[in-house]
Formats: sequence, structure tokens, C-alpha cells
Amino acid sequence: MTAQPPPSDVEQFHPRARAALSDPQVRQNFRRAMDGLMAKRKAAFADWDLDALRDLGAAVRQRALAELPNLLEQLEQQLQANGIQVHWAVDGDHACRIVTDICRARDARRVIKGKSMVSEEMELNHYLEQHGIEALESDLGEYIVQLAEETPSHIIMPAIHKNTDEISELLHDKTGTRRSHDVEYLTASARQQLREKFMQADVGISGVNFAVASTGTLCLVENEGNGRMTTTVPPCHIAVTGIEKVVPGLDEVAVLLALLTRSATGQHITTYFNMISGPRQPDELDGPEEVHVVLVDNGRATLYQDPELRDTLRCIRCGACMNHCPVYTRVGGHTYGTTYPGPIGKILMPHLLGLASTRHLPSASSLCGACGEVCPVRIPIPDLLVRLRREAVDGDRLHPSRVAGHGSKRNPVEAVAWRSWRWLHSNGGRYRLGTALATRFRRLQPANLGAWTQYRTAPRLASRSLHQWVRQRSKQESDES
Amino acid sequence: MNARKQILDRLRAATDTAAEATPLDFTSMERPPWSQEECLQRFEQTLESVHGEVHRVDRAHWLLRLAEILQARKVRNLLAPVEHPLGQALRQSGRDDLPTLLAYDQVIEAWQPSLFNDVDASLTSTLGGIAETGSLILWPTRDEPRLMSLVPPIHIAVLDADQLYSTFLDALRQQGWSAGMPTNALLISGPSKTADIEQTLAYGVHGPRELIVLVLG
Repeated sequence: MTAQPPPSDVEQFHPRARAALSDPQVRQNFRRAMDGLMAKRKAAFADWDLDALRDLGAAVRQRALAELPNLLEQLEQQLQANGIQVHWAVDGDHACRIVTDICRARDARRVIKGKSMVSEEMELNHYLEQHGIEALESDLGEYIVQLAEETPSHIIMPAIHKNTDEISELLHDKTGTRRSHDVEYLTASARQQLREKFMQADVGISGVNFAVASTGTLCLVENEGNGRMTTTVPPCHIAVTGIEKVVPGLDEVAVLLALLTRSATGQHITTYFNMISGPRQPDELDGPEEVHVVLVDNGRATLYQDPELRDTLRCIRCGACMNHCPVYTRVGGHTYGTTYPGPIGKILMPHLLGLASTRHLPSASSLCGACGEVCPVRIPIPDLLVRLRREAVDGDRLHPSRVAGHGSKRNPVEAVAWRSWRWLHSNGGRYRLGTALATRFRRLQPANLGAWTQYRTAPRLASRSLHQWVRQRSKQESDES
Repeated sequence: MNARKQILDRLRAATDTAAEATPLDFTSMERPPWSQEECLQRFEQTLESVHGEVHRVDRAHWLLRLAEILQARKVRNLLAPVEHPLGQALRQSGRDDLPTLLAYDQVIEAWQPSLFNDVDASLTSTLGGIAETGSLILWPTRDEPRLMSLVPPIHIAVLDADQLYSTFLDALRQQGWSAGMPTNALLISGPSKTADIEQTLAYGVHGPRELIVLVLG
């Protein structure tokens, strides 16, 4: 097995992909999991008109995005009316500072976390630890990943890259849990350890699946109950969310919830759907005294300005695109080196990190189209991949692009080659001259054609061009008649 | 510049964002017109498929069934509402086959370790059920606070058979949720579970290991 380069370096996609492809354990773990998820999703939608439902899902997200600035203002107003404090963050660092300031104001030392991909995007745990605040993940998968000092390899199932043996060994090393193959035993021991932590935590931090503008409600989707614990037990709850998660009303929530859980894990619904519309009231006996929402931009508002790229923001983070992606299934989540792996990561991360470091991602696709076909909100992922490929190599300075790192993959030799190709093919005389020369001197063709011949033999040029062949053939036929 | 203004200005700089005027078509969310019995069967099947337990009981005899369920599990105490009619019925039943009845009558800070460590089971009312997804609707109150349905290892929920809705969309429309949400509203659709270790299901990871629904008909 080849040693993998550090997972945080996005630029090392290719060496990591090669290493992952030659690791049978990684391939087996992902193959099994993704096959299961694809089958479960299919079964969950069996008695639905899935195309119509996806049309509705797409329309719900499109409309919410069209009204985004107004909905955000309405959401803020409603949340505040409900007694929830609202903060705005331009980027990840800013959001981390806001969270840290809230913790400090409460003299909080211990934070318990529910699953939140935005907090991964912000690298919140790292930031909090640097500022002397302990942040513990409570979702079992996230807890395992945190103990292993890794990052999630799937947005829904963070520890999917590990098998039971590896997890048992990890829990034994880090927490002293007895080694066991019994998943129930391992889960129960994690429950025991985390229950203590819930009781001690000063602050609970969660993500948000949908934020409802008309009622000022934060919706959380989960199976374990750690999300409910995180948002109910500690005296202060901080929810971090991307600005795109807002929807106008509750009807829209019902649509997206029906699509989300079925697309993600093939469940008709998750065990808990938790809707929070305020802190503990004077006549209530539990719930947090304070609730905060941090609305995080981190590149989204810039992306929003491009009408084609804006579709990226429809995403409801179900992970169906990665479950169905032939590339993701083979290389696994860590190969991407980004917070969001798989197809959605390929179209989202370039906007969060810039194309300069993520330029390999949009090309790491066979454009088979599976991601676009399963997306519950019909994000045209393959089209956006092509758009970003063009952004990465485009040298046209006359049309300034909003994508940071535009043109960073441009190779002058390649650019000249394609310009010559276009010159050759856009004129009949030049084209005929070109094919005549190519067939005449075909033996000069090199056997080594770079990446193409790495796994294939080079194609041989024919002795005659198609045009010549057809011309000769029709001449013969007319001679015979 | 102020972050709020900066973000909203950037969003408003986008020009082509006119929303479509035609209303959304929710037809694809509709389910066939199930009868009450079909709703109940659907609810039962779906909840049982995710490891929930459903008992249909006669309104007059629910306490007997409750006592049997609790005895079978050797439950020593039961956290139950005080003011809700279910709690009153339970507390005034005079039965000697029920475990010790506990009340959530003080703020969580006053008894957190005890709630987390000493309570065997809880009983709550529900505002209804959803047939399509096998879900229970709970709006926690002072009498039945948020943690009552989450912390004890066994959660027993009582559902009125007349309060079944086809879908979540039907339920929230018919119950008029848009008019005002409580501080916390919940859909509960089974016991707490995880599949984070090699996709193997395990129950009771953070919340209840068992969810038992008594459907009163």
C-alpha cells in the first residue's frame, strides 16, 4: 500500500486517488456502503412519482434562492421576535470568532457538538481548541472521526471508511473500551461516555437543515438523538448555518424533508425531526436559556451572483450524488481533501477555496451524469462540472469571471494545441491538407501519448481518411455500373 | 463594513432573480385517500419496520396494557405528566400493578443527574400521528418538557386513533402550525438509532432504546 499524502492538501488529489485505488480495505468499505444506500434510496421512492417530486423540490429551492435576501431578513426578524439572537458572518474565520465570543461571554469551557458540515467548513473545532475551549463531537460517526483525528469521509456517514475492527481498536486505544465486534456494545459504551459530556457541557453547537423564514424556526434532521441533546441540555445553543438554508414556510419544509431522508439513507423519515423556535420560556422546565444563530456566507453570496452557478446553492446535503458516483465509490471521501467530497464537493469547493487549489476536482469525473439524475433538487451537476472545467482553463480576460482562481489550470502548450486544432478544422482546404499529411506520415506518430497511453495502446491512424475512402468507393461503384 | 450589510448587498447585486409567479404544485406530495383503518395499518407497519412497537388498545383498558408492558420490562419507575388527562388517569387509577410514578415538576438543573441516571421509562401524550412515515407529533409543554421523551431508555407515547394524518404536510396544514410554532416541536419516528459503525443498526445510542406506542381506539 502506498502512503497517502496529507488529507488536508487539496492539490494532492491524484496521488491520494492512486493510493486509495490500491487499498482494498477502503474500496471494500465504500463499495458495500454505497451499494446498500443506492438500493435503499430506490426502495424508499418506489411508490412515488419521483420525477414530479424532484420537480417540486427543485422549484422550492429555486424560489427560495430567488427571494434569498428578503427571506434572510424575514428570518432574522422572526428569529429575533422569538428570542433567538442572530449573527452574520462573512467567512469561516469570522463565524469562528462569533462562536468563540459567545462562549467567552458565558465563560464556557466545554462545548458539545451535533453534526454540522458548516462547522467542518469553518474548522470550528480546531479554532475553539486553540482558544482553550474543548469541543466534543456527539454524533457517533463524528465522535469516531474526531477520536481518530481525521475528517469525515461522507457528509451523512462520517466514519463510513472504517470497519468495525478499526473502530473497536480506536475506541480501545482512546477511551479504554473493551475490544469487541459487537456493535451494540461499542455503541452503548459511547452512549455512556457522551451522556456525561452532555451533562457537563456549557454550550451546544449544531447545524441547521432548514431555517423557516415565516415562523423563525430551525429544523434539524437526525436519527441518534444527539442533536436533540445538544440543542436541549446545555444552557446555551448555537446553531451555525449557511445562508442558503432558508425556506419561506413550513409547506416547503415538508417537501424537502420527504426528499432529504429518502435520498440520503432511504428512510421515509429520520427518527427525530427537531423544530426549534425559541429558547426556554419562563414557564418551561428545560431547554437552553440562550439560542444563537450564526448565518455564514463564506463565498456563497459571490457564487449567488452568477445565475448558472447559483444552482449549486440548491443543495440540501443529502449525499445521494456521492452514493451514486462511480469515482467517489472507488476513491472514497478523503481523497478529495475537501470538507464536501464527491460531486457536490467538486462544484462547491472551488467557490469556497478558489479554483487554484481545487482545479483537479471538476476534472475528476467521467461525466456519466448519475449525480444529476439522482439529485432531489435537480442541480445540473454535470453541466456545472463542465462550466468549472472551462473556468479552470479559460484565458479570456475580456469576460471577467467571478470564480476565484479562474484560468489557474491553463496550460499554454495545451491552449496553442487547441487553437491550432480549431484553425485546422474550421476550413475545408486546411482540413483536407491536414488529413492528407496525417495519413501519409502516420508512421511518425509517437507510441507514447501521455496519460492516454498509460493504460491503453495508442490508436493507429488509418492509411486513408474517411473522405478519401468514401470518394474512392463511390468512384468504384459508378465505374461498375 | 457590517457583515450583514455586506452579505445582503452582495446578494442584491445579483439581478436576474425574479421568482416565478405560478404557485407551487404540491400534487406529487399527496398520498392516496387512505381510510382511518388504512392510515392506522400504515402507521403501524412503518413504525414497526424501524423497531417501534405499536399496541392498539381499547380506551377503557389502556392502563392495564400499560401495566403489562411495564412489568414485562421490569420498569421500576415511570416519568409521567401531572396535569394532562393521561397523567391524571394514571395517578388516580389506584392500581397496584404500576411502578412508582415520577413527575417532571422542577427545572432540569435541579435534578439532571437523577433524570439521566435513575429514570427507567417515560410516558407522554402526542398531538397526533402521521401514517405515511409512522411518526408521532409532540409539542413539549411545562407538563411534558422536551427531555421527557428523550432521556429515559424507554419512551411510551399515547396516540389517539382519531388523530392520524396521512402525511406531515396534511398534519401541519390541518393543525395550523404556520399560525404559531411552540419553542420546540418534534416528529418522533422510532427509537434512537445509529448505523455509524459499518452500517450496522444499533438502538438507543443517545435517546430511548425502545419506543412503545399505545393507540387508543
